[in-house]
Amino acid sequence: MNRLILNKIILALSTLSAVIGIGFLFWILATLSYKGITSIHWSTFTNDLVAGGIRNLLVGQFTMALMASAVAVPLGMMAGIYLREYGHGSKLASVIRNLSDVMMSAPSIVIGVFVFALFVDPFGGYNGWAGIVALAIMMIPIIISTTDNMLSLVPTELREAGMALGGSKHKIIMQIVVKAAKVGITTGVLLSFARIIGETAPLLFTSANNQFFTMDLTEQFPSLTVSIYNLATYPDLESRELAWAASFILTVIVLCINLIGRYAIRNKK
Amino acid sequence: MGKNNLVMDIKDFSFTYSGAEEPSLKKINLPVLENKITAMIGPSGCGKSTLLRAMNRIHDLYSGNKYEGLINLYKADGSKENILDLKKENDFIKLRQQVGMIFQKPTPFPMSIFDNVAYGLKLSGIKNRSELEGRVEKALQGAAIWKETKDRLKESALGLSGGQQQRLCIARAVALKPRVLLFDEPTSALDPISTGAIEELITELKEELSVVIVTHNMQQASRLSDYTAFMYLGDLAEYDKTDKIFLNPSKKLTEDYITGRFG
Repeated sequence: MNRLILNKIILALSTLSAVIGIGFLFWILATLSYKGITSIHWSTFTNDLVAGGIRNLLVGQFTMALMASAVAVPLGMMAGIYLREYGHGSKLASVIRNLSDVMMSAPSIVIGVFVFALFVDPFGGYNGWAGIVALAIMMIPIIISTTDNMLSLVPTELREAGMALGGSKHKIIMQIVVKAAKVGITTGVLLSFARIIGETAPLLFTSANNQFFTMDLTEQFPSLTVSIYNLATYPDLESRELAWAASFILTVIVLCINLIGRYAIRNKK
Repeated sequence: MGKNNLVMDIKDFSFTYSGAEEPSLKKINLPVLENKITAMIGPSGCGKSTLLRAMNRIHDLYSGNKYEGLINLYKADGSKENILDLKKENDFIKLRQQVGMIFQKPTPFPMSIFDNVAYGLKLSGIKNRSELEGRVEKALQGAAIWKETKDRLKESALGLSGGQQQRLCIARAVALKPRVLLFDEPTSALDPISTGAIEELITELKEELSVVIVTHNMQQASRLSDYTAFMYLGDLAEYDKTDKIFLNPSKKLTEDYITGRFG
């Protein structure tokens, strides 16, 4: 009898905890949607920040995130392939793997400070390139770890079967092993993109922000997240409404990318 | 039996895994006869898979293993080559095109059925589309899976059943026209019906090539093979015609094993 009561108590407690956790999530989403949607106008998308819109911010944020991905994805994938396929079991590989894991949990503000010292200070001011470097540094360890993990799920027999058919190591890795892990790696890339598209701290004092539309990466570069940070601290109502609108749009973007990533996995199974 | 019947000849062969102190195989002597099926049986850990994996140097995917003795491969023109002398990746590739391998679990590549069979052919340098198509069809027919797959060559090979996948893997290996095909417990992951199909296929294959098969299943060894090698603790305990091994083994150890007294 005691066991049954205990069981019920635990069940009730864990259900309650789950409800509280999810409750906060819905609360955030509900507030965000309510305040966000009511603050969005057509002009939000067509105007730049200087005229009360976020057009330049969206373009700027995506430009930096995409260019960071263009650097981080090939670098991270090649490093992941090295760790799993070539350096397997070697000391160097295990040191790199551990450092990469540490990097993944490095506070993003620290990465921002590092890039500030390297790419902002010596060049005389905030610039878009610095923002890209900071985001790429955030992204690389995530891609390394995803690639490494996904390749580890590919059965050894597949590699051996490829070699047994007369393939050279690099051909088997590139044409079979990576292909077998393709879905997992793609998902990892999407999720890490979703992660960096919403980052503020690494951009705060690297690319900073720009009220105007620009594609010049040597200047301060427009950023959605940094703008949200700035706008939310302004006293006037319009700025704060725009901050809500921008937050809502950012959330929708991140959510969509996540959903696409998850859908890709499910479709595969 | 004359020398021209040999396709592979293993002499005083010892093998030590990377980092191990004791050799896993000790002074093995084993002939592999042309167009015959040679079965290797023995309890787990006796070294039969280790020996099989030495015969196409697939061990060399992992560094640090030590080979001693020699394993001769007799070519179609009668010349022979000690495969333990091979050092370069290109030589391994040539060896593996002549000595193919089928694994315990089916290993279809994540690509279409056609591309799976064409893959090894493309690696060997065949680019001509119509030649590829001809060789793929022939290989699929040779592995008795053409009827099931001819209308779905472009579909992913991962959609096939386990038994079909294994036959596809055999087709893939046969397409290269190897002299020897090594089977590492090819049916232990399959149901009885698929197992029957694979066994029938292996029996047909010996018309064109030589087969070495590692199996845990003694009925399978006795059904399929012409010659049987019984291995125990890294030694080749007994090798003879399959009938002799199963009906009248010369060693007590062999008899104990095949009658199920241990292992």
